Amino acid sequence: MTDANILSVEELTVRFGAVTAVDGVSLTVAPGERVALLGHNGAGKSTLFKTVLGFLKPAAGRLSIGGVIPGSDAARRAVSYLPEQVAFPKALTGAEILTHFARLKGVSPKAALPLLEVVGIADAARRAVGTYSKGMRQRLGLAQALIGAPRLLLLDEPTSGLDPVSRREFYDVLEASSRAGTAVLLSSHSLSEIENRIDRIAILAKGKLRAEGALSDLSRRAGLPIRIRIEAAEGRVEAVHAYLGGERVNGRSVVVTCRAEDKVAALARLAELGSDVADIDIALPDLDDVYRHYSGLTVEGATQ
Amino acid sequence: MTGFDRMATVATTEFRLAFRNRWVLLATLAFTLFALALAFLGSGPSGALKADALTLTAASLSTLTVYLVPLMALLVSYDSIAGEIERGTLALVLATPLKRGELVLAKFCGHLAVLTLAIAIGYGIAGVVIAGVHGADDAGLLAWGRLVATAVLLGAVFIASGMALSGLPRQTGTAAALAIGAWLVLVVLYDLALLGAVIVDQGGVFTKTVFPALVLANPGDAFRLYNLALIESNAPIAGLDGLAHTLPFPVSSALAVLVLWLAASLAAAWALTRRIRP
Repeated sequence: MTDANILSVEELTVRFGAVTAVDGVSLTVAPGERVALLGHNGAGKSTLFKTVLGFLKPAAGRLSIGGVIPGSDAARRAVSYLPEQVAFPKALTGAEILTHFARLKGVSPKAALPLLEVVGIADAARRAVGTYSKGMRQRLGLAQALIGAPRLLLLDEPTSGLDPVSRREFYDVLEASSRAGTAVLLSSHSLSEIENRIDRIAILAKGKLRAEGALSDLSRRAGLPIRIRIEAAEGRVEAVHAYLGGERVNGRSVVVTCRAEDKVAALARLAELGSDVADIDIALPDLDDVYRHYSGLTVEGATQ
Repeated sequence: MTGFDRMATVATTEFRLAFRNRWVLLATLAFTLFALALAFLGSGPSGALKADALTLTAASLSTLTVYLVPLMALLVSYDSIAGEIERGTLALVLATPLKRGELVLAKFCGHLAVLTLAIAIGYGIAGVVIAGVHGADDAGLLAWGRLVATAVLLGAVFIASGMALSGLPRQTGTAAALAIGAWLVLVVLYDLALLGAVIVDQGGVFTKTVFPALVLANPGDAFRLYNLALIESNAPIAGLDGLAHTLPFPVSSALAVLVLWLAASLAAAWALTRRIRP
């Protein structure tokens, strides 16, 4: 079998009794690639992860970790996992926890301990985890996942609750390990939490894969409108509205929407109004609008 | 890295945690204090034969051990699986090459090492003090050694039971409730129910045939009967313990019961852990 992907999921379906948690999902992750799995709570992200780990058995479809079955010895050595909620024993130190997991993974603790430096908590290595902040515990979790340079990193909502600086550093570490060949599959419930350093995004809703691709592609394909808000000069709002059309809001303003490719033409029309316009404000669709568009939630002014 | 290395890692971490959590200190203190209190306050070996002190205390301590050792054993093990599910560490641990059977066996070994240490130190200190004050003979030392060894076996049974109960729920609180329930039923209510039945039966068929088997089937009672049956003394024994010298089975059957309980509990812990979806 010549499968270049470290993870390949084909038409995967996972059920809990009558509930279908993952419904016919296909997805691949290549070595060195960073893929974000997006979806709200209950979309099937954690279920997909647990199936990749071999904890859950698929009802249908195929799943392979570089050619081997999930949960097998070879798969367990290839995959590292960071669950969404993990509380390490408070009485142990960071170094002790890292040593524990290094031994379980068959990696020498000497080789694993420098990872505390990589994630920036080397100073706290000899302190009990009970004294760590949430961000430090999350960093320790990441260090644990990086032990032994796994071929596939599974990170379940790793950046939720992190401050922006910690989040950026988190992505720095991910970038370094993906450059060394590690494939990263991480989940999040919001696009705005994902830094612009993810190669591909897969959007999951109600167990189904709704969209997949690079962020820029997804946002172009969504074709979400641009909103232009024009504040008219004193007493000129009727004239502006009559000329541009659109929608009148709060007495002095008019809102028009246009497609991305018509933006320049729309601004040219605005310029013809001259001194009738006091101010303009252009709002591009943001990441969360793109996400809502694909996950099937309504977006104001969406062209669907 | 072999399965043995992985199990050694898990067992070592459990051992370390029990130390950090002051569990070892607490258990050792409890065992020492209760054993000393029995020796010097309770039965008070005030007869002519002072050298019997160790034997007499071993007899009364075997009754106390039935309450104390299972409680301590359940206390150390009730959290072992449910706690890891609740904290999210079970998913992490099972994502590594560690197998579920290895996890159960390694945790059991770690907990047993901790409990053995506490019993050996606690009863060891008490034994040395009693021997120092009252002197000791061979029979006394043998009775004491037997008590310590079988107390460890009894502890092993309840550690394994606690782990099996810990594999049932997903919450630590429920696991704690199950452990307390198990202790109450097996250690307290079981004997009361049997005594009640014997009183109602008025020396009938039940008392002669079923009753001794039912007493022996309980791990706590099996432990006590084994120790009392082997102690040659005229110490007064009452209640269920009167059975110790009239047991219609060989004494070794009591040990076999304990080993069976241990094997069954470990198998249950393993089977219940296998079906968990972390």
